[in-house]
Amino acid sequence: MPVLEAVLAGSEEMEVSFGPQHPATHGVLRLVLKVDGERIVDAKPIIGYLHRGTEKLFERETYPQCIPHTDRMDYTAAATNNQGFVGAVEKLMGITIPPRAAYIRMILAELQRIASHIIWLATHALDIGAVTPFFYTFEEREKILDLFEEYCGARLTLNTMRIGGVPWDLPEGWTDRCRKFVEELPRKIEDWERLLTNNRIWKARTVGVGVIDAEKAIAWGLTGPPLRGSGVQWDIRKVFPYDRYDEVEFDIPVGTHGDTYDRYLVRMEEMRQSVRIIRQCLDKLPDGPVMAWVPKVIRPPKGEVYFSVEGPKGELGYYIVSDGGVTPYRVRVRPPCFVNLQALPELVKGHLVADVVAVIGTLDIVLGEIDR
Amino acid sequence: MNELLWTYLALPLAKILVILLALVLLAAYMSWFERKLLAYMQIRLGPNRVGPKGWLQPIADALKLFVKEDLTPSFGEKLVFLLGPCLIIVPALVVFSVIPFGPSPHLFITDVNIGVLFILAVSSIGVYGIILGGWASNNKFSLMGGLRSAAQLISYEVPMGFAVVTVLLLAKSLSLVRIVEAQKQAGVWFVLPAFVAFVIYFICGVAETNRNPFDLPEAESELVAGYHTEYSGMKFAFYFLAEYANMVVVSCMATVMFFGGWLRPFPNVAALAFLDAIPPLVWFLLKVAGFLFLYIWFRGTFPRYRFDQLMGLGWKVLLPVSLVNLLVVAAFVAAGGQA
Repeated sequence: MPVLEAVLAGSEEMEVSFGPQHPATHGVLRLVLKVDGERIVDAKPIIGYLHRGTEKLFERETYPQCIPHTDRMDYTAAATNNQGFVGAVEKLMGITIPPRAAYIRMILAELQRIASHIIWLATHALDIGAVTPFFYTFEEREKILDLFEEYCGARLTLNTMRIGGVPWDLPEGWTDRCRKFVEELPRKIEDWERLLTNNRIWKARTVGVGVIDAEKAIAWGLTGPPLRGSGVQWDIRKVFPYDRYDEVEFDIPVGTHGDTYDRYLVRMEEMRQSVRIIRQCLDKLPDGPVMAWVPKVIRPPKGEVYFSVEGPKGELGYYIVSDGGVTPYRVRVRPPCFVNLQALPELVKGHLVADVVAVIGTLDIVLGEIDR
Repeated sequence: MNELLWTYLALPLAKILVILLALVLLAAYMSWFERKLLAYMQIRLGPNRVGPKGWLQPIADALKLFVKEDLTPSFGEKLVFLLGPCLIIVPALVVFSVIPFGPSPHLFITDVNIGVLFILAVSSIGVYGIILGGWASNNKFSLMGGLRSAAQLISYEVPMGFAVVTVLLLAKSLSLVRIVEAQKQAGVWFVLPAFVAFVIYFICGVAETNRNPFDLPEAESELVAGYHTEYSGMKFAFYFLAEYANMVVVSCMATVMFFGGWLRPFPNVAALAFLDAIPPLVWFLLKVAGFLFLYIWFRGTFPRYRFDQLMGLGWKVLLPVSLVNLLVVAAFVAAGGQA
């Protein structure tokens, strides 16, 4: 009876192994929690249960063959993963992609951002005990996946970008269906917000939970909504525009308190901003080819490159070293979830067990990307 | 002699059997009702494979639980582990012996003159089932679920008691049958004069039965399955059944104390006499179904409270409000006011 012995020995602290098989750890995260009753004394994330050696795999594959591997890192946001990788190779090779390709990439990336935020919202709400938003949100996600399927045949692991552009032009009528979807979405987002935003229990569970101020957030290297929730206006799409993000208008929503509620509001607003971007992209969508001229065999010049995109979860960066061959010499991914997860012990210390799941949810981690 | 046997043995036994069977079936079908209703709230279909519209799903579930392996954790306290489910299911079922489903003489098992007290006393035994079950599992999540449950039940029993006392003041009796009759005499359901008490009672009732938004003891996302994490097979089924039976108890109590039990709406208004065409038992069941619907509606709508917030709500909000409400009603009754 270890528990009883610990109590009899007068120890107030208990060690709870939270995961890797636990309903609220979003995959296979394991947390070793030291708890005093329900209060968290310490939390230690243990990762690696989903390690697939992706970065090593890259070294064996030719550059185009690497793209499907990127799909499988953050499997809830395959399009932005593709975007980062092909962007890095293009930067290394000095390729400029045709405007139509850039716009298609932006549409796909923003749809993907919405889909990823939908998963975040659904699971976050589910963790906090609200079951219904899960089903309402997933109905919309299905529509996004349908659009993806129609474009590239895949729904989850899209493999939808190529070095030099995108593999296909948009199918006939796709833009209309996409426009119909983005016109309807803001109303749905309002529906979801009606269930949560002003709900007393939702606020009680999220306001003041997992607070991190701007200075600390920067010190921890947080990016994406966790950083913006603390009030830092930092978005790769604005500060280092890639594709044609400098040609569309959108705002960077920021929070003020850096708590779970602010991060919730930031992500909800980001979905609306993504709708705004998609709308502009559909309006401006130029004609022309969707692939630049690229050699049949991709051999980037010797050198190294770092290129990052604003993924749904934060700054997703690729550092590629090329030795001039057909396969990368080394690829290092800067995964937003991995870096954001580091702040978890800081965020949950002193809170209650119930807050741990709220904080895991608010960091919006995907283990596929953390472990790679 | 034969007559004595009939009144004191055969008839009560028959009633007990009928109510027990009906109750277990009701609790099982409650889960079907819940799944279907939640499904419609969440734009999906719910169970629809076993039997037409999934009607046989609860039977299939029960069969599945019967044949499941009954595991006992190797480091657990075996006896206490077995005691847990017994301690929770028995009180949940015993309580029904005093609930009047309709007017005398046949639609309840017995009318005890301290019926309300009996229900409160017996149903609070159930918490031992949760604490002991959680502790005996020798699982940290179970233990935390059990502890949460204990704290929750104790804190919410106090305001619930005060809410019930309000009704007792109005009815001047502890017998559940008399409470209903008092509402008939008063010509109004007690929910009108004691509305605050009703709200407090129902909130506490939801908390007592560990249902959303107060379902912390079994909060899936935090504690896996809370106190019954280690239970499987029929032992788990007992916990499950007891939870639903307790929901029915709380709904029955709310119906009896605040919504006139088996009475039709406005029992003394002659113009509504045509409503008597519906038998009292049906009125009773309709009201109970209404409360059960409310339970499920809650589950479809609310997130979950956190442990400290739950305690805060119980001690800092419900308790003072119920006390003040009790004083107000007491003053009203003392001043000779008729409800």
